[in-house]
Amino acid sequence: MNSLYYQKRLSRNIGDKFFTSVSAICALIAILPLIFLVTYILYKGGSQITPELFTLEPNPPGDDLGAGGINPALIGTLIITSVASIIAIPVGVGGGIYLAEYSKGGSFSRFIRFGVNVLAGVPSIIAGVFIYALIVSTKILFGSMYSGLAGGMALSILMLPTVIKTTDEGLKLVPNELRYASLGVGASMYTTILKVTLPSAFRSIATGVVLGIARAAGETAPLIFTALFSYYYITGIGDLFYEMGSLAVLIYNFALEPYDAQNKLAWAASFILVLSILSVNIFSRILAAFTEKTKRV
Amino acid sequence: MIKTNKKTPKNIILSLENVSIRYGTFEAVRNVFCKFKKGNITSLIGPSGCGKSTVLRSLNRMNDLIPNCSLKGTVLFDGTNIYDKRVDPVEVRRRIGMVFQQPNPFPKSIYENIAFGARINGFTGDMDELVESSLRKAALWDECKDKLNDSGYSLSGGQQQRLCIARTIAIEPEIILMDEPCSALDPISTLKIEETMHELKKNYTIIIVTHNMQQALRVSDMTAFFNAIEYEDGDGGKVGYLAEFNSTRKIFNSPKEKTTQEYISGKFG
Repeated sequence: MNSLYYQKRLSRNIGDKFFTSVSAICALIAILPLIFLVTYILYKGGSQITPELFTLEPNPPGDDLGAGGINPALIGTLIITSVASIIAIPVGVGGGIYLAEYSKGGSFSRFIRFGVNVLAGVPSIIAGVFIYALIVSTKILFGSMYSGLAGGMALSILMLPTVIKTTDEGLKLVPNELRYASLGVGASMYTTILKVTLPSAFRSIATGVVLGIARAAGETAPLIFTALFSYYYITGIGDLFYEMGSLAVLIYNFALEPYDAQNKLAWAASFILVLSILSVNIFSRILAAFTEKTKRV
Repeated sequence: MIKTNKKTPKNIILSLENVSIRYGTFEAVRNVFCKFKKGNITSLIGPSGCGKSTVLRSLNRMNDLIPNCSLKGTVLFDGTNIYDKRVDPVEVRRRIGMVFQQPNPFPKSIYENIAFGARINGFTGDMDELVESSLRKAALWDECKDKLNDSGYSLSGGQQQRLCIARTIAIEPEIILMDEPCSALDPISTLKIEETMHELKKNYTIIIVTHNMQQALRVSDMTAFFNAIEYEDGDGGKVGYLAEFNSTRKIFNSPKEKTTQEYISGKFG
């Protein structure tokens, strides 16, 4: 008869220990790149942060004046992501509403869901090339070529799948009883969605939208083909139709320069970009946690 | 108004004529004939899977929301077949309200829960008054008059269900359908809801599905007993049908069918 006490030497217990530690080590290795990346960028970029960074234009490389600041790129990123959001959020939320509320699981909605998944996997550079061919090279936007507007459009293509998916899934989480309740008091489908289901799913949709924005804000490849880059302050609404700087492209341009001042500026921009994406992600987690708490028990 | 059938007697508010309902290829109920009297409380009872909830949901076209559900036959309400192609289901649901099995208040304040339905139905009168009178009719006013701005979820289960009843009353339907309204509630809340129903009977016609035979006996004037059997031409599954429909007293004291007798005495179910 075997003893009931735990025996270390037993082969199954040794095996168990071994696999536990292997998977723990793998988990640790998986998180290491993030830790190193963030600390390295904080270290390299954090030391470059000065008040002038946020207010000055970047100076042309090779100048003795120093590197200047990243103001146009920072504002540009904000503008381009806003343009992307203005396009992607209404279309994405609308599409998600159709999938979750109106479609009856027919071939059309299956096709759209499949299409959204494919779109989510499209490399970002393809989105850039597509907008380049469609908008930039044809000068279709009032004769302008590279522009902040075109950049926003390219990013909106990348945001769209995230927004559609989270809207679809957020709405599906709303209990059917709530829909019945609304329809049962004689509300139309449209009132039900607008007044009952959409507000109930608001926070999970908002979480998805925020994550979509965070992804779009850090994209470089689509912007190289569409918004290009600019050294100059953004002064008015008309600048939307001209080349526009962005943090991501600034990093791409300046990190490759042979001059130390520009490299430092690129690090500083990386720091700002990573920090803002990180805080947006944390914000979305808080939003999601808040959703969990307020959900009915 | 689409078609007026003069033959329907005045005190019949709703009638099912040869109604069969399917979910895709699965047949839920077959050939139901049933007439509901105005101002009555009618119970639908029967074992699980006999299609009584399906029949109830068909009365205000809630079945439309279930994919693949189809209905054959006629449901006459106010002389109109509510399954006519020209009928707007939204309008049907405004005149035939529904209370569900699980209390399902909106994630809004108690006040808004009641005002919502009235507002979308174009109510222009005094909303405060409507909220108060609806809550009074549902016997909830005294318990929540001081916290009308609290969330509907802050109420207990029984109170939530009465809130749902108040919400339905606020749109002033002609018929109130109740799908096992007390199955998720404790006995005391159940009693309160039953009292509420007795109050409501003065102004409304109520049709209620219940698993609780004592409840059917306590609240209803008429009782419909549904059963499920295997038909020879069916695909082997049981199909529901209306076995017996009579006054509640007759159903419970001297049922005509043997299955009714067996069901109410607890031999199956």
